[in-house]
Amino acid sequence: MSDVIALHFDVDGEDFTRAGEASYGVKRTLKQLGINPEAVRKVAIALFEGEINMVIHADGGVIDIEIDNNQIKMILKDKGPGIPDIEKAMQEGFSTASDDVRSLGFGAGMGLPNMKKYTDSMEIQTELGVGTTVTMVVNL
Amino acid sequence: MTVKDIISILDADLISGEDLDREIHTACGSDMMSDVLAFVKDQSVLLTGLVNPQVVRTADMMDMVCIVFVRGKEPGEDIIELAQERNIVLIKTGYRMFTACGLLYENGLRGGCQKK
Ligand SMILES: Nc1ncnc2c1ncn2[C@@H]1O[C@H](COP(=O)(O)OP(=O)(O)OP(=O)(O)O)[C@@H](O)[C@H]1O
Ligand SMILES: [Mg+2]
Repeated sequence: MSDVIALHFDVDGEDFTRAGEASYGVKRTLKQLGINPEAVRKVAIALFEGEINMVIHADGGVIDIEIDNNQIKMILKDKGPGIPDIEKAMQEGFSTASDDVRSLGFGAGMGLPNMKKYTDSMEIQTELGVGTTVTMVVNL
Repeated sequence: MTVKDIISILDADLISGEDLDREIHTACGSDMMSDVLAFVKDQSVLLTGLVNPQVVRTADMMDMVCIVFVRGKEPGEDIIELAQERNIVLIKTGYRMFTACGLLYENGLRGGCQKK
């Protein structure tokens, strides 16, 4: 693999039941590329959490994936409300999810901590009323 | 323990899936999907009272082998299709979460996690 492989997904903010399709697509592609299973699983989990966040907190967005010999980079960009206090949002158990979202099995406040745990680097850029971009890297 | 053993221990019904001889090493019981995603172990079974497509997607991201719906919860066609596509066995038991987990534990299955 000498070139960079790039994947792009639009994430629909309206349809919760389909949230996770992009992560599924990425996981399948990584498997086909023969990427080691441990790295595939890390990417799959971190991306899935990020994708769900886009749907439940930000009305959807776009995901770009770049794969090269050394790393898998995930860029999740939304035009949602932004995150007022990143430090607080990163704490295990902190969630602003509604009861509706909770009844669907999300809102434990574990998503962002999981994303950090499973990736080698994670960076959040956010502006209130403008949106949030989460960039994560898993090294190969 | 295999999927077949789990079916017999939990007096469960098979909903979909064929590969019942797959080995299960660990189990995780939760209705919060991010709690499940915090736990990574090989060849696990997920016990849950939650019934929606995200349960299957979560299990798939974790490479889980089998999902047990507790309290007799019945997944819809959409969930069954998703699980078949992802090669995950679905079963249901009438036991509640606590009892279902207890029965599996008693029969030697462990959570595979350290206390935090
Ligand atoms: N893309 C986003 N846009 C706006 N707010 C966000 C975004 N992602 C996360 N947040 C905020 O950060 C909080 C913590 O996120 P985190 O993913 O850790 O937990 P959660 O999504 O609430 O629950 P869980 O991930 O356990 O289902 C969210 O409740 C929300 O307030
Ligand atoms: Mg989340």
